[in-house]
Amino acid sequence: MSNFEIVAREDFSDVTYLLEVRHPLMAKAARPGQFVIVMSHEHGERIPLTIADFDQVKGTITLVIQAVGKTTREMQQVCKLGTTLYAIVGPMGVPSPISHAKKVVCVGGGLGVAPMFPQARAFKESGAYVIGVVGFRNKDLVFWEDKFRACCDEFIICTDDGSAGIKGLVTEGIRQAIEKHPDIDEVVAIGPPVMMKGCAEATRAHKIKTMVSLNPLMVDGTGMCGGCRVKIGDEVKFACVDGPDFDGHLVDFDDLMTRLRRYTKEERMALDHWEQSCRLQKEIDAAAQAALLAR
Amino acid sequence: MAKKKTIRTIPQERTPMLEQDPRARAKNFEEVSYGYRLQDAMREAERCLLCPDQPCIAGCPVGIDIPSFIEKIGKKDLRGAYDVITATSLLPAICGRVCPQENQCEGVCTVGESLEAVAIGRLERFVGDAAIAEGWANIPYIEPNGFKVGIVGSGPAGIACAADMAKAGCDVTVFEAFHQPGGVLRYGIPDFRLPNEVIDAEIGKLVGLGVRFECNTLVGRLFTIEQMIGEMGFSAVFVGTGAGYPTMLGIPGDSLNGVLSANELLTRCNLMRAKEFPNYDTPLPIGKRVAVIGSGNTAMDAMRVSLRLGSEKVYCIYRRSKAEAPARAEEVHHAEEEGVEFHWLTNPVAVLDDGKGGVRGMTCIKMELGEPDDSGRRRPVPVEGSEFDFECDVIVYAIGTNANPIMGQTSKLKLNKWGYIATDEHLATSVAGVFAGGDIVTGAATVIEAMGAGRRAAASMKAYLGIRDSNLPYVVPDESGILFGIPLRERNFARVRVA
Ligand SMILES: Cc1cc2nc3c(=O)[nH]c(=O)nc-3n(C[C@H](O)[C@H](O)[C@H](O)COP(=O)(O)OP(=O)(O)OC[C@H]3O[C@@H](n4cnc5c(N)ncnc54)[C@H](O)[C@@H]3O)c2cc1C
Ligand SMILES: Cc1cc2nc3c(=O)[nH]c(=O)nc-3n(C[C@H](O)[C@H](O)[C@H](O)COP(=O)(O)OP(=O)(O)OC[C@H]3O[C@@H](n4cnc5c(N)ncnc54)[C@H](O)[C@@H]3O)c2cc1C
Ligand code: SF4
Ligand code: SF4
Ligand code: FES
Repeated sequence: MSNFEIVAREDFSDVTYLLEVRHPLMAKAARPGQFVIVMSHEHGERIPLTIADFDQVKGTITLVIQAVGKTTREMQQVCKLGTTLYAIVGPMGVPSPISHAKKVVCVGGGLGVAPMFPQARAFKESGAYVIGVVGFRNKDLVFWEDKFRACCDEFIICTDDGSAGIKGLVTEGIRQAIEKHPDIDEVVAIGPPVMMKGCAEATRAHKIKTMVSLNPLMVDGTGMCGGCRVKIGDEVKFACVDGPDFDGHLVDFDDLMTRLRRYTKEERMALDHWEQSCRLQKEIDAAAQAALLAR
Repeated sequence: MAKKKTIRTIPQERTPMLEQDPRARAKNFEEVSYGYRLQDAMREAERCLLCPDQPCIAGCPVGIDIPSFIEKIGKKDLRGAYDVITATSLLPAICGRVCPQENQCEGVCTVGESLEAVAIGRLERFVGDAAIAEGWANIPYIEPNGFKVGIVGSGPAGIACAADMAKAGCDVTVFEAFHQPGGVLRYGIPDFRLPNEVIDAEIGKLVGLGVRFECNTLVGRLFTIEQMIGEMGFSAVFVGTGAGYPTMLGIPGDSLNGVLSANELLTRCNLMRAKEFPNYDTPLPIGKRVAVIGSGNTAMDAMRVSLRLGSEKVYCIYRRSKAEAPARAEEVHHAEEEGVEFHWLTNPVAVLDDGKGGVRGMTCIKMELGEPDDSGRRRPVPVEGSEFDFECDVIVYAIGTNANPIMGQTSKLKLNKWGYIATDEHLATSVAGVFAGGDIVTGAATVIEAMGAGRRAAASMKAYLGIRDSNLPYVVPDESGILFGIPLRERNFARVRVA
């Protein structure tokens, strides 16, 4: 399989963007909670991205990406409408178990709002009462509010600075939801590891089942390298084939956060190397432009 | 007529193969061995006694007619030798390089009883390389039979099965999860042992047979085996997904940054080209002092890759002694030459934390060999009080792999108690029309065994589909060598028909 065409692109902010990619088989197979591994070009790195939406009719899947390092920033520049991705494989991971919970809180932090969406929708479709809690740093970063709200019975938006919704972290939203509804069966949270850790702590005392979606570094995504291993209770699991969803009360988040720093030095190098080649390219383009003008 | 050869009349010494100097090669990824030249191959061919009982053939898991291909080399008939090999084996340039010959064909060679065995592997590689250089390929006349066959996994097992089914006239598609085909040949075995060009050339021949490769396809998740047999219209499916799931030691400190599996190291380096970082984006941990745990082929590859990436010291830590090391003898020898430091009878008990999430070193314990265990090897037992600390910053586990769980998670295929796919003696699985072979059935084994399994499964699949190879002898009508526009060289001996 090859030639994965980008059929739509949307920019939510200067760091987050959405790509809709044609892949009819994947659109048919994808389930909430699953992810893909993408290589944008032949020399690229394999990076995991959650399937934020899928449309069987159009035959497309949607990825929402935050530009954090070399690969995701480069994709932000080159993945334009009509271009193709070199490789995309999946859907990987065990689909999220959409339990028979009657009342759930679906928590998405920052970019985590996107991967949370298909699960919230699935819960809604299975008849649950869905309380959406989303958190952003500020009002300008908010995206998919309407889309998310549409599959929630209640919706709480939190911002660090209070520029939209309530002021505070998503844990504040969870606290409010728990206070109002003593009968919450399950909390599902996706976002940065610190946030998921916070959510798990917020529900632990109430003994509410809390599922989180882990995002360790990955290579193959097929259970072959062990790079994605995470500590769950006293067991070691491979997030790509055993997860990525796990019981948040058992996850060793500190271990996850340490392991995410494995390649900090190399990531920095890759970014510098790339930025420098971008600068050089700009200079070359500028020189060529100047030469053209001088003629 | 030439006089009959005897053990006394043949060249007594095995013909050496030119190799890069160990000091130079430990710093580059170019192939270690240059292979035989024609004169070397002819001399080595001289050493084969053409034994009437041919023990070597039985020693080869796919039963290559070894004496006849060697005899052809002796007559400078390389094309003839190639035809003999490819009558049974598909990837001579690969097997000649990576087979553990000392345990297979060469291990039972008659010459080996008194002298060094005939270098069958090197001769096979020589013929395989000649075929690549000359562009030879035995593409037979294939009559399509209308059956659609799906192959899951493009390792040696899948490739071998695909070739046989394509030759039988089936429409064959190979599905591979990675973005490039080849399985362990591609992601595991490094370039200096098996250059990518050799893999590309051998896979190119399959494409020549009409086999389609669909990469980026994770079977089980993108579609299931049951869907393949049902809605996708495959008449039969072969599963050769390998046994890639790496084992971790489970000792304190296992999850520290700096501890990784050999599979991760090798995949980053070979498939993702991390050795060319940052021109390729994938990074790799390059330790100053690297300790590799284990002593199989995977361990040797991890060590030799680490040396080439620029690690100052590379240690091999193995709980048994050199005699029990499961790697090919040549790999251990090469690793020693290149400067790996071996610590036999040593076992790690804990990884030491550097306080920043990384590795400072390791505590090991000395072992001694006790009574033989189930595998017949003497069991290593710890020597009490012999613990010692060891400085290193990267630790690579090469202590074996388990069954990959995806097939089990996504299909009704019956697994055995270790999680491998259960098959009968014909390699049929519990699902009708689905066959399996290679590492996913036997656990980690060898390239040629996986290929052999792929071929055996193909034979069963043909029986299942009712495809029979015609046993009518095929007579070439005239010596012009062209029949139906197909040159003599490329003709098919076993025409195929559907029963
Ligand atoms: C199952 C899974 C699903 C994911 N889904 C999404 C998604 O839907 N959208 C999205 O934007 N990202 C997602 N990620 C994270 C994404 O894979 C990484 O952001 C990406 O690999 C970074 O590549 P880079 O080269 O741009 O940055 P790098 O140069 O590799 O890293 C830059 C910075 O990002 C941090 N980082 C790197 N990898 C991760 C990671 N896996 N998780 C968190 N931080 C990381 C690094 O620590 C570093 O600080 C997911 C990860 C996993 C494992
Ligand atoms: C580092 C290393 C060195 C080795 N050296 C030697 C040696 O020198 N000599 C020797 O004889 N043997 C060696 N071996 C062993 C040998 O390589 C294996 O026994 C052999 O490759 C097994 O072949 P296979 O076809 O069963 O599986 P593999 O080669 O493992 O191929 C399986 C393929 O299936 C793909 N796959 C898995 N799951 C799916 C899925 N769900 N959908 C689609 N595709 C999937 C994988 O990506 C992979 O490409 C070595 C092994 C390793 C790891
Ligand atoms: S395939 Fe391997 S075992 Fe068979 S003859 Fe060749 S080298 Fe020997
Ligand atoms: S056993 Fe050795 S000497 Fe005898 S035929 Fe085989 S390769 Fe030749
Ligand atoms: S990403 Fe390699 S095992 Fe999970």
